[in-house]
Amino acid sequence: MSTSTLDGVGHGAPGTSYLNAKSGLMSWLFTIDHKRIGVMYLVTVLSFFLVGGLLALGIRTELLTPAGDVFSAAVYNKLFTLHGAIMVFLVLVPAIPATLGNFLLPLQLGTIDVAFPKLNLLSFHIYLLGAFFLVFTLVTGGVDTGWTFYTPYSSTSADGNVVAALTGAFILGFSSILTGLNFIVTVHKMRAPGVTWLRMPLFVWAIYATSVIQVLATPVIAITLFLLIFEKIVGIGIFDPALGGDPVLFQHFFWFYSHPVVYVMVLPAFGVMSETITVHSRKHIFGYTAIAASSIAIAAVGFIIWGHHMFVSGQSELSGTVFSLLTFAVAIPTAIKLCSWIATLYRGSIQWNSPMLYSLGFLWIFAIGGLTGLFLATLSTDVHFHDTYFVVAHFHYVMMGGVLFALIAGMHHWWPKITGRMFNDKIGRINWVLAFVGYNLTFFPQFVAGSQGMPRRYHQYLPEFQMWNQLSTLGSYLFGLSLFIILAYLLHSIFKGVKAPSNPWGAASLEWQTKSPPVEHNFEADVICTYGPYDYDAHRAAQS
Amino acid sequence: MTMLLPLMTASAARAEGGTFWMPKAASTYAQDVDDVFYFIYYTDAVFFAVLMAAMILMAIKYRRKGEAEVTPVIKGNHTLELAWSVFPTFLLVAMFWLGFKGWMNMAVPPADAMEVRVIGQKWNWTYQYPAANIDGVDYPSFEVAGADAACMDRVTDPSRDIECNAALVVPAGKPVKLVMNSRDVLHSFFVPDFRMKRDVIPGRYTQQWFEAPEVGEHNVFCTEYCGDRHGYMYSKVQVKSPADFEAWKLEQHKKAAASGLVSGAELGAQLFASKGCAGCHKIDGTKLVGPWLNGKFGTVEQLEGGATVTIDEGYLRESILVPGAKVVAGYPPSMPPYQGQLDDRQVEGLIEYIKSLK
Repeated sequence: MSTSTLDGVGHGAPGTSYLNAKSGLMSWLFTIDHKRIGVMYLVTVLSFFLVGGLLALGIRTELLTPAGDVFSAAVYNKLFTLHGAIMVFLVLVPAIPATLGNFLLPLQLGTIDVAFPKLNLLSFHIYLLGAFFLVFTLVTGGVDTGWTFYTPYSSTSADGNVVAALTGAFILGFSSILTGLNFIVTVHKMRAPGVTWLRMPLFVWAIYATSVIQVLATPVIAITLFLLIFEKIVGIGIFDPALGGDPVLFQHFFWFYSHPVVYVMVLPAFGVMSETITVHSRKHIFGYTAIAASSIAIAAVGFIIWGHHMFVSGQSELSGTVFSLLTFAVAIPTAIKLCSWIATLYRGSIQWNSPMLYSLGFLWIFAIGGLTGLFLATLSTDVHFHDTYFVVAHFHYVMMGGVLFALIAGMHHWWPKITGRMFNDKIGRINWVLAFVGYNLTFFPQFVAGSQGMPRRYHQYLPEFQMWNQLSTLGSYLFGLSLFIILAYLLHSIFKGVKAPSNPWGAASLEWQTKSPPVEHNFEADVICTYGPYDYDAHRAAQS
Repeated sequence: MTMLLPLMTASAARAEGGTFWMPKAASTYAQDVDDVFYFIYYTDAVFFAVLMAAMILMAIKYRRKGEAEVTPVIKGNHTLELAWSVFPTFLLVAMFWLGFKGWMNMAVPPADAMEVRVIGQKWNWTYQYPAANIDGVDYPSFEVAGADAACMDRVTDPSRDIECNAALVVPAGKPVKLVMNSRDVLHSFFVPDFRMKRDVIPGRYTQQWFEAPEVGEHNVFCTEYCGDRHGYMYSKVQVKSPADFEAWKLEQHKKAAASGLVSGAELGAQLFASKGCAGCHKIDGTKLVGPWLNGKFGTVEQLEGGATVTIDEGYLRESILVPGAKVVAGYPPSMPPYQGQLDDRQVEGLIEYIKSLK
């Protein structure tokens, strides 16, 4: 990748970076620098992840024994509701796009910022406002609807401040829409000379596909939540059968957003994989076009399969059949990605470092998540598994395991770029074993409990499910511990870590061709891109 | 998946009549569901093993040996990519087809199925058995009320082996159709041993059926979150031999007759007279302002506008609450809506009454 000075305007004094170019709290809270906004998102998202994670440990502790003896049923129901709502709306949706996406998109495109920097800041402020409502709900006694807000429970019977929680989710949607819009325009309009569509890193393709989903699907959940708020306040029957409404209609609306949003979470994780696996095996990606196209295909097909959440909901048999068939269609592009990443390893030069280990861990976890999805796409077996712990295990493998392992892989991979420091990779590698074992021990036993018939959202359960629940709880403690260890050594590296070189992994994509951490306007000279992000031969030639 | 193999064999023996993955198969279609499950399971296992073995072996074989290592440029392979796109497609279509076939079987109850009404409410199940003529004697309908505190106690303290009385009692070897609705929020009626589950919805009817070949007892769970005691909304299916079932049923009918409680159909008959229904609807097969109601249940009617509708519980409910929604051809849309004027039990009573009119 060649960079050459064309105008040399405004690239900062030597020794300064985006981190120390300005100082003071206000210089962060009101920054329009995409890198600082990305870092602020990262801090906020991880803070909420801590809250959601502690709630999860509370749930697992209750489930150590069959009797409901740690929390009351009412408290337990609020625990899993807030765990779900915080993890989905505040953590998983922005987990990668708003953090790494914000930080990396302009860097990988060789440009100075996103297309609308002020809009980007507004997205963050809207996110904080939405988060405020959810935190307000939490501290004023919580809410017990489940994160899905199914009617008529949420509109007639729920305990707690449902309107505040709905308002929070409603507001967060706008943050998501504006970020998506910003990224789409950035990809179309801000690419540096030479960054053609087929020279964009696959992370950018993934973020692009994600953004399209965010812009198209999020308004539907906003309308749905608004209708529910409206019904609760004004009393007009939309979803409540006692008022002439239709409770199943809510489920259609809800899943029309909430299924595609799974891909908002997981497509960026796919994007991270395409970067970490290639860089740490120093190998050109296998099947660039197929991976890029499959991101778009997943985004498109993801819109027409929402009904697979509703096979037993009372929707017609014909709808169920069509949704089942369409759901299988999304398995193909997903399988293409998995196979392509593994094929990329062939004859590579594979580093066994933390980012690569978490990437390989992702492939393991996502393979299990994806393959167990087939039982749920199949009509007759889904009838048995629906709303049992089998489904809980499946979507944690996909959404939580997939996204989290990718986020951790990405955080390790780009940590030197973001902070300018190297972390202790040896501790990282050892701790990976704990995280990987802990994760699988938490969620694999839930498949068995579920297939044996244990329903989800149960405050107590039959004694025959106890062994699986105890294994799961043990796993969750180990996994929680491993995450605290990651936090500890990453924080330690900020203060005591070795200074990072600009390109510690020998990567060929553009974000590594500037300083670590980057200067305020990203590159010290204007960028002209002459080879692709995975072209290690050309990169080596350009370096020598 | 392989990491739990040692546990699998130990646990398979433990689960009574079931396997490591599945509880015992106690309905006529449960084995079919399990067959589809194992088809997907073994397909998955092969794919998982191949992919992960490739990943782990390559990670070991191609581990970086020196910083100066150079790798070949391999940008793809069309044959390979085509193979892993097309080959799995056939397997996916097979999975869809097997699941679809099993599901259609589960969705269509046999014509001779015995009908039981299931009513869900926070947080118990009620089972209603229709009126019957046994040996020339007319008996009223009866219900097994869902006072299931005993069931809950048994769950929280398994050492107390309390008789759980809120059970759906059915005969072995006969198909049973459940017609279900809810009095409040969503519930879902799940019997793991039968591989059977369907949401139970306020304001509309859903149905499912099963046939249990063997005598036995099976768990019922609510699987749609319904508030505080969702985790306690637990019941049983008791499968009795046909002779035992008939004896039990006769006893229940006699109890209901002796108690003098008004059954659903009787309440319906009273309402039919008191609410003025008889002013427009006759029950002797002749037309008045509206259509006659005897012998209508289960038939197909032509609607204004050309569509057809089967007269089932859902249609009757809609036509009582919002009569203008689907008007039978040849009649004026003149019936007033009863939305908000009848409570759920009254609507159900009217439906029971109409169903009983032959």
